[in-house]
Amino acid sequence: MSDIAIKVEELGKQYRLGEIGTGTLAHDLNRWFAKLRGKEDPFAKVGEVNDRTSKGSSDYVWSLRDVSFEVKKGEVLGIVGRNGAGKSTLLKILSKVTSPTTGRIKVDGRIASLLEVGTGFHPELTGRENIFLNGAILGMTKTEIRSKFDEIVDFSGVERYIDTPVKRYSSGMYVRLAFAVSAFLEPEILIVDEVLAVGDAEFQKKCLGRMQDVSRNDGRTILFVSHNMAAISNLCTSCVFMRNGMLHNAGPTEQIIEEYISFGRQNAGEIAGSDIVYANKCPQAYFSNISILVGGEITSSIDIKKDVQVRLEYVVTVDDSLIYPSIHLLDNVGTVIFATFNGPSATVNVDENFGKPLKKGKYVSVLTIPGNFLNEKAYSISAFLVPLDVTQTSVVENALSFVVTDTGEMRKEFGGDWIGLLRPKMSWMTAKLN
Amino acid sequence: MANVWRYRDLVVLFVRRDFVSNYKQTILGPLWLFIQPLLTTITFYIVFGRVANLSTNGIPQFIFYLAGNTVWGYFSQSLTAVATVFTTNAAMLSKVYFPRLALPLSIVISNLVRFSIQFGLFLLVWVFYLFTSSAIHPSWVALLTPLLVMLMGMLSLGLGMIFTALTTKYRDLAMLLTFGVQLALYATPVIYPLSTVPAKYHWLILANPMSAIVETFRVGFLGPGTFNWLYLGYSTLATLVVLLAGTVIFNKVEKSFTDTV
Repeated sequence: MSDIAIKVEELGKQYRLGEIGTGTLAHDLNRWFAKLRGKEDPFAKVGEVNDRTSKGSSDYVWSLRDVSFEVKKGEVLGIVGRNGAGKSTLLKILSKVTSPTTGRIKVDGRIASLLEVGTGFHPELTGRENIFLNGAILGMTKTEIRSKFDEIVDFSGVERYIDTPVKRYSSGMYVRLAFAVSAFLEPEILIVDEVLAVGDAEFQKKCLGRMQDVSRNDGRTILFVSHNMAAISNLCTSCVFMRNGMLHNAGPTEQIIEEYISFGRQNAGEIAGSDIVYANKCPQAYFSNISILVGGEITSSIDIKKDVQVRLEYVVTVDDSLIYPSIHLLDNVGTVIFATFNGPSATVNVDENFGKPLKKGKYVSVLTIPGNFLNEKAYSISAFLVPLDVTQTSVVENALSFVVTDTGEMRKEFGGDWIGLLRPKMSWMTAKLN
Repeated sequence: MANVWRYRDLVVLFVRRDFVSNYKQTILGPLWLFIQPLLTTITFYIVFGRVANLSTNGIPQFIFYLAGNTVWGYFSQSLTAVATVFTTNAAMLSKVYFPRLALPLSIVISNLVRFSIQFGLFLLVWVFYLFTSSAIHPSWVALLTPLLVMLMGMLSLGLGMIFTALTTKYRDLAMLLTFGVQLALYATPVIYPLSTVPAKYHWLILANPMSAIVETFRVGFLGPGTFNWLYLGYSTLATLVVLLAGTVIFNKVEKSFTDTV
């Protein structure tokens, strides 16, 4: 037996864009005819990069291309990448939910995948019945589930409701029970996709702890996809970075996370027009330009003692829209350090436009982060345009990143490693008491 | 198949889920299992028996229709359920892997359980007629019932798998299925005995593998009717071919159906 748990070779997956179901018969016949003549699939264009922001030339798209990597036994591999980078497709193929268009996978061991918690939960069945059903769907036998039943119920913390149909559960209880079943799976290889984005903070911590247990104590192989870099860096020993359906890089966690976070830095302190990638888009307003300035110059490399201005340029497309531009400052693992917006009560100064409905047109909002406030680190910002219906917020995650460099301003007395996410210059007072 | 065996607990749980979820929050619960064939039979009795006055080979009309309905009900219900298995379970199937065959199998099994209960009802009525009517002459052919049930299960499984596999891509088949099953009822000797069909059209009716099965069932329990090893042999062969084709197509499609469903 080798020590390789999963070996992926030149994996590729092709999808059809647009409406599936129209003209497929014609395409199928065409494809079949090409195969008959020994020709290549006429719809599989080779060499096209999957970038969801730009328009491609064919109706078919490669969600994954030439992805090869190995996972050693007992390794916890993190998979990072932006939305649409191919992470979920990769997990789906690995967990056999769908088959690859090209390439091969060799797996040594039993795989269980958690692409979603509570798969197959039936609302009419009780918690107890659903534990058995869900467990069986995930590959456990009845005896296995029975032996862990008490632990599962205990972990979920819904003991009192265990004989109530799950349709009567609160959504939190539902998710807790669902995760609890998954947490007690004992496959050799576990595939997890962002399921930690559920439950309250306490429960999330419990889940992370459980995953750590599973990987460290039981020595199981885990593949873990998440946008939460803190979770990735806690759990994973190594990472792969997916980009546009291809494997961008692979290596130790620290290095890959750094690369992932700073990837936006290439846009040099400014991003405009169609380069702005939205995770969600508001119908009343959109960004035309986002930039970081120091002393009026666009930059992504910042002197620690200087004021940093984050400039949001946006277009309001509907008259009398109430829009709050908002900014999150994130550290290099994606933790939000602070969130700020231009609401009249949340700013130091007052501006006549704050909190007022805006007419159609182009606007600019500028946030000033004072000098001697940030630490010597890499940061990034996410930009938002928040309308009254917050579910419609325009979201640009990790819009820009920048690096703050210590130029010695506060270093007259202390030269060591200065910890902390921020390094604000604050007021102190010392007095003699006797 | 070995894979499905490893997941046998899952099949059992699916069957259980089917039953529990079907009758939760109903007042009559499993009584519906009896009401359904009884009401259908009463309707047939009135429409085809009394109004249209179709021949039943001298068998009391009520038991004649009940026999046909019990058998046909098993086939048509498990066929319809298997035929939509991919589309109704798409959400679950796109998130987790288990041998896909477990789902159609569980459907056929849970319908088998349903059939056994309805068969029990049929037996009760049958015993009543056995003592009150002289037109009923059961024969040794009734011993073939387990074979007939098996054939129906396999046929509905095979046919259903072909449908569900193709429906993932071509939804037209879903349309065809709903009224196709209804029409197939008339292409099967359920409401009429085969003997009333003009001899030159027998081959047409018998081309339907269900025909010999329904006829054989009635011959076994009620007496008059057509029983022929050749016809039953054809049905068996057709069933095996359909099942084989169904399994092959199903296995081919299950690997990538989540992309098209």
